[in-house]
Amino acid sequence: MRHELLLTAAALLVLMGEIFGDPLKKRSVNLLTVVLFSAVTIIGFLPSPPGSLFGGMYIATEMRLLMKNILNIGALLVIIQSVSWLSKDENSGKISEYYILLISTLIGMNFMISAGHFLMFYLGLELATIPAAALAAYDRYSNKSAEAGIKLILLSAFSSGILLYGLTMVYGTTGTLYFDEISDLLVNGNLQVLGFIFFFAGMAFKISIVPFHLWAADVYEGAPVNITSYLSVISKGAALFIFVIVLFSIFPVIIESWQKTIYVTAVLTMTIGNLFAIRQQNLKRFLAFSSISQAGYILLGIIGGNQLGMASVVYYLVVYIFSNLAAFGVVAAISNVKGKESIEEYNGLYQTNPGLSLVMLLALFSLAGIPPFAGFFGKFFLFTAAAQKGFYLLVLIALLNTIISLYYYLLVVKAMFINKSEAPIEKFRSDFPTRFALGICVAGIVITGFASIIFEVIKDMSYGI
Amino acid sequence: MDILTLFIVIPVLTITGLVLVRDIRQVRIVAAAGMGLQLILSAVLVYLYLSVRHSGNTDEMLFVRDLVWFKSLNIHYAVGADGISVAMIALTSLVVFAGIFASWEVDFLPKEFFISLILLATGVFGFFISIDLFTMFLFYELAVIPMYLLIGIWGSGPKEYSAMKLTLMLMGASALLLLGILGIYFNSAPDGGQLTFNIIEISRTTIPMSAQYLFFPLTFVGFGVLGALFPFHTWSPDGHSSAPTAVSMLHAGVLMKLGGYGAFRVAIFLMPEAAQELSWIFIILTSISVIYGAFGAIVQKDLKYINAYSSVSHCGLVLFAILMMNRTAMNGAIIQMISHGLMTALFFALIGMLYGRTHTRMINEMGGLMKVIPFLSVCYVLAGLASLGLPGLSGFVAEVTIFVGAFQHPDLFHRILTIVATTSIVITAVYILRVIAILLLGPVTNEHYNHFADAKWFEKVSAVTLISFVALIGLAPYWLSSMIGTSLQPVLEKIIAINPF
Repeated sequence: MRHELLLTAAALLVLMGEIFGDPLKKRSVNLLTVVLFSAVTIIGFLPSPPGSLFGGMYIATEMRLLMKNILNIGALLVIIQSVSWLSKDENSGKISEYYILLISTLIGMNFMISAGHFLMFYLGLELATIPAAALAAYDRYSNKSAEAGIKLILLSAFSSGILLYGLTMVYGTTGTLYFDEISDLLVNGNLQVLGFIFFFAGMAFKISIVPFHLWAADVYEGAPVNITSYLSVISKGAALFIFVIVLFSIFPVIIESWQKTIYVTAVLTMTIGNLFAIRQQNLKRFLAFSSISQAGYILLGIIGGNQLGMASVVYYLVVYIFSNLAAFGVVAAISNVKGKESIEEYNGLYQTNPGLSLVMLLALFSLAGIPPFAGFFGKFFLFTAAAQKGFYLLVLIALLNTIISLYYYLLVVKAMFINKSEAPIEKFRSDFPTRFALGICVAGIVITGFASIIFEVIKDMSYGI
Repeated sequence: MDILTLFIVIPVLTITGLVLVRDIRQVRIVAAAGMGLQLILSAVLVYLYLSVRHSGNTDEMLFVRDLVWFKSLNIHYAVGADGISVAMIALTSLVVFAGIFASWEVDFLPKEFFISLILLATGVFGFFISIDLFTMFLFYELAVIPMYLLIGIWGSGPKEYSAMKLTLMLMGASALLLLGILGIYFNSAPDGGQLTFNIIEISRTTIPMSAQYLFFPLTFVGFGVLGALFPFHTWSPDGHSSAPTAVSMLHAGVLMKLGGYGAFRVAIFLMPEAAQELSWIFIILTSISVIYGAFGAIVQKDLKYINAYSSVSHCGLVLFAILMMNRTAMNGAIIQMISHGLMTALFFALIGMLYGRTHTRMINEMGGLMKVIPFLSVCYVLAGLASLGLPGLSGFVAEVTIFVGAFQHPDLFHRILTIVATTSIVITAVYILRVIAILLLGPVTNEHYNHFADAKWFEKVSAVTLISFVALIGLAPYWLSSMIGTSLQPVLEKIIAINPF
């Protein structure tokens, strides 16, 4: 329970800071939040005994605590990256709202991950979604941002409805919502499989798996960059974490059904995400589709239902947080200062801003799975996990997809390093928080792969069916 | 620290040094010093290798160092070298060294250029010393990706197209390769026990035939793409012709050898049974590579395209000989890799030097260069003669060994294809002599040419280094072939166990 309590305390303290702080020094809320959240993140890593609360509705295990810590690190990076954007004049009146909403969603995700009962799971899910919609509409005078917010809230309400419908079927056939009891009572009945498919559809919306991905690109484009990165990394990561846990601990009985479902959706997600990404000119949309296809690769870790698979999913998400946040961080840095977001406008960036270009290069290579960056190791383990269970054809499709993805990542690299431009983005120096966050991301991209200890720790905590 | 790890540490340190220095002079000095050190180190390695072997050590791999990396998947950082890898390492350091001097005058972003070039070299060195499939694959991809930037930024002609084509095709190949490696890994312990990525350990077991039939073609094609296997060779002419000089040298000289070496060390060594069964398909494809590459070179007008097609032909011969699966042919294949590496690097270096003077690579726009730049022209003739297999130079030794070995096969199929492949010698002579005649001999066609200066000191360093080794192998091939011969033993034992003929 420590993570949730700490986060709640942090959110309340930020609110206090807003109310009692000097109205002329609103920007000090930034510092307050960063300090508080860093403390929360560090305390989260202190050892804590596993246990359960509320009669088993809330479960804390080593693995779930690790997942929360990973999300904390990612959220901390997003918060640090947001500082320079929030310090702009037009946002000065609503700084603390941003942080409080963001921390609330994180509390929701933490409850969701720790759920031992579908009610707790659903509460967490909603708490994670509704403030996220408010965040997406944060830039309230922009039509696109408002559209993103309303799209997110309507579609997620719809998907929650579908998910609940699936849960009612599970409840109707088993008579319980406790995870451990359901797994004992499931018998691979038709209604149960149907229930699972509805549940899957609801989760697929959260993870933006094709064919439930249509909201992603519009919302990602409309929302402010930092919120886009939060949605595409942390929100998606949390949903994937609980998805793995639920599949591995509740639905092993119907593994054949969900393997088929995941097989088809994984192929669709990778391929369609990649093919659409090729055509994008706006970097936010570009990264949105690239993150859709990344979710497809992650499904390869889930499909085998093996211990290696769970380890590779969690490990890949660590890698993905660093890589994607580095890419979004560069986009945010440039968008905040220069307001430029399209790939063409990045032409000749290396000549004027070599540092940012190199960070982007690293991030894209890591996302594409090029050694020696962490993405290579992450993808390798995902594919190994699928190959261990004999899904060689699926691995081949995924590998061919990585070639497509390499093509469009290289298009951005080409714009930055090879293309010449009449009017490249002028040289500028981004402020300290941005550089600091990017520095952490780069360190993460480089170190996570080589330091085998990270993977081994995750592997030891993982379990298979 | 063991000597093999130094081959990765020195380039990495050189790169670090390059990041720190500022002006172009220092960049050149650091790059040349680093790669010079690497060259000395590889000479030391050859010496150590020979003395250890001489003292009667018959281990499969020498200088082995094995560190556990990812324990749960049994991934190791494992390095080791036998005669073949030692020879390939020596070749690589020679070509890289010559490449640094051939690109002495790069003035656009020189620091980034040398960093990418040495990064590429790091990947190649790492590949040749690895005996663990995972690290081997890691280094393979590390060697491929800097190519994109090297060709895209410093290349010429349709460089963006070529860079993208090359990168995507080679990464596509690596996709097949990764699948093959995973397949080998999960079948590496058919009788139960610990799965492993270690090549030596896998070679002691027999991978089940059903798995071999699936994964041998994947692995062989994966490496074959890099070795310009027909019909996956199309990246090679475009890539080579658009790349800057040093990159063409490294690419044709060394990177394409990754294909041959990998096909030999992974595909054939680990899955000889499937290789025996399926080799006929690939022998046909490689024969096409050999002939098609040679004919392709005849009709080209661009010097770099001529050489690129000639590389397709010669590298096809490497794969052709490896697939013959007998001692003589395999020995020839390795010598051919070394020989072609040296002479094609020399070719590309010379083409770069000519282009720096004439600003064209079209052969019919040039003429009579022998009269104005005799040093470079003589080097060019020597490279050409090595390429067409003149006795006394390395090409002759390699090709004779290959064809003698290939003809040892008793059945008609292999013999007919050997005869077909042998005709490439004649075709090679046609395109080499044609170029020499048009380019170097005859009257000086352009009066500006009279002002040309002959080779500068760094160009001489580059060319003489390569020529001396081409001649050395040609005159005294025994040292090289005996070094290779002992290291072929483990592969041959596996092959003879299946099919003693």
